Amino acid sequence: MFDISAFVDALTFRAGYNTAIVAIGAILLGWAGGTVGTYLLLRQRSLVSDALSHATLPGVGVAFLVMAWFGGSGRFLPGLLLGAAISAMIGLACVEWLTRRTRLKSDAAIGAVLSSFFGLGIVLLTVIQSLGIGRQAGIGSFLLGSTSGMLRNEAYTLAALALFVAFLVFVFRRPLTLVCFDETFARTSGIDIRRTDLLLMFLVMAVTVTGLRIVGLILVVALLIIPPVAARFWTEKTGTMIVASGLIGAASGFVGTALSASVPNFPAGPVIVLVAAVLFALSLLFAPARGVFYGLYRARAFSRKVHRRQGLLAILRGEAIYDHDTLKVLRSEKLIHGDGTPTRAGLDAAETAAREEALWTIYARNNPDAANRAARMRLDPIAERLTAGEIAELERQFAGPSGVLPAR
Amino acid sequence: MGDFYIGLVLVPMTIGALAAVSCALLGNFLVLRKQSLMGDAVSHVVLPGIVVAFIVTGSISVWPMLLGAAAAALISALLIELVRNLGKVEPGAAMGVVFTALFALGVVLLEQSDTRQVHFDVEHALYGNLESLVWLSGMDAQSLFDRQALADLPPQLARLALALVAVVIFLIAFWRQLVVSTFDPVFAQATGVPVRLVGAALISLVAIVAVTAFEAVGAIITIAMLICPAAAARLMTNRLIPQLLWSVLFALLSAVVGFWAAGSGMALIGSGFSVSAAGMIAAVSGIILAACALAAPQRRGAAG
Repeated sequence: MFDISAFVDALTFRAGYNTAIVAIGAILLGWAGGTVGTYLLLRQRSLVSDALSHATLPGVGVAFLVMAWFGGSGRFLPGLLLGAAISAMIGLACVEWLTRRTRLKSDAAIGAVLSSFFGLGIVLLTVIQSLGIGRQAGIGSFLLGSTSGMLRNEAYTLAALALFVAFLVFVFRRPLTLVCFDETFARTSGIDIRRTDLLLMFLVMAVTVTGLRIVGLILVVALLIIPPVAARFWTEKTGTMIVASGLIGAASGFVGTALSASVPNFPAGPVIVLVAAVLFALSLLFAPARGVFYGLYRARAFSRKVHRRQGLLAILRGEAIYDHDTLKVLRSEKLIHGDGTPTRAGLDAAETAAREEALWTIYARNNPDAANRAARMRLDPIAERLTAGEIAELERQFAGPSGVLPAR
Repeated sequence: MGDFYIGLVLVPMTIGALAAVSCALLGNFLVLRKQSLMGDAVSHVVLPGIVVAFIVTGSISVWPMLLGAAAAALISALLIELVRNLGKVEPGAAMGVVFTALFALGVVLLEQSDTRQVHFDVEHALYGNLESLVWLSGMDAQSLFDRQALADLPPQLARLALALVAVVIFLIAFWRQLVVSTFDPVFAQATGVPVRLVGAALISLVAIVAVTAFEAVGAIITIAMLICPAAAARLMTNRLIPQLLWSVLFALLSAVVGFWAAGSGMALIGSGFSVSAAGMIAAVSGIILAACALAAPQRRGAAG
């Protein structure tokens, strides 16, 4: 069923001209979606895009009817997308109006707009179906997207739109990043917050409308939501997160269209979303900054350090060690013999630990503001955390003017 | 209309109304808890649940599908919690990740499995086919007392009635806990109300209603009815019980007007066709909400 050579062909853009154009469009779209989605996530408005995407449907229906009315082909893609964009704007305005002018919170406003616009869209679709005007097949593919059977013109239109959206996102990335990162600073440096938010919503709309035909209106929000949430596991920095999210989005678009082109009955839209979901799951498990496994590893490493330090201090005080884990850590580093008596290295390490413990105590007393940081750092060798000058100063204070150990 | 009125109009209309009222009652609490979009998420993940149940059992019998859908809803609720806690993102984003991923999985599984001969597709899942739930034996009022004819009633009618009864029993039995944990979770916790459990029970019930309604009328009515009537009712009053009553009224109004407009209403304006009743009901509920947002007495909140 899965033909590896067909998959490689698709990955190297040799699976047919249309497929290659669509793949390029999907990559650009994925990048734009991932990038815009990060801003959306940082502004805490991810699900507004869900209302927007569902609100496109009545516009698609009306555009089809209008174009058919004037004797044209209702399937003309740019016309349908224009209709989608207009009704998405109306839907967005309704969400804004409901949240600003009434007591309803944004979740209720989003859900209400999403469902009633979608219902209206379905009504229009059934009108078109029962009118029986020509090939309305093109409209159904707006629900779940489809790339098979796409006309060459449509592929060009979508790729060009995706290129345009990606270009806009690239041009406006600075003000958007500033507003998301630090609203106050952005305002003082002369950026109009409200206008930037409007720009963001416009970009979200552009990504949604471009994605309609490929991914479908139910799933297009995934392009805006999954990559940034996945990127969050890779980094704590806004700038890096934006880049990572764009890459995850582009990779989803690329691999998704290739898989869809090489496996029968693998619709492009849902497959792109599933690839994004797999990348998300991998990030959640394995990413270095917040991934589950790395978190577990860090917790283990930390507990190991605590056991090591406690054990060494006990050795220095000549106390017996009973804790099983502590014994295991000390034994594995050959700091104690099998019978629990310290080795030569263990005695040395114990003295070092006691000295560093004392220096850290002085450091914490000198820098009460950094108490939290100091608490985390004090288990590490002091030379790795402080400069030689700082250590020398701590040692001077440690000895005190009289060279006697200061009171704790 | 005549003889077929009961079977062709009243029965599907009642099915729509039952689904609408069950959803609207629960929707009040979702709206008040700012969890409206849980209804959206749950309605989406019902699809993979149903598809997996179909693949496992190989049939489209009802109970496996209901079970599969309910399991999918609960799994998704757990996943949303997981993503929210691990990723430290807002609940909306966590929801978005989970429901799009699961819905995409459902669509791909549906395309890959051979479900075509059983006539089940994504469109059906989205907006159902309320118009087809007719009662052909229901010729006249007498058939309401005819046991044989009654056996031909669409089974969805009884299932949705049961779901509504379950919702009402839940509301009456856990009224105090539900209200306290909705309005003041901290106080509720302090007085020993199991806040998390109540929340989980509410979501489970939403899932059960969503699944039952979904099978009869599609996801779109479910989402619309979970949110629009309750949101509109919230703009009418500051008191909870009147709000619940308003939401029931709005739900009934949406179902009846929407169903009528989709069928007979279209004929009235001279067009020879009918349109999706589910879509029309959702659209009407949106119009009711818009009217309330423009003119309802409490639209600005307690001060307004």
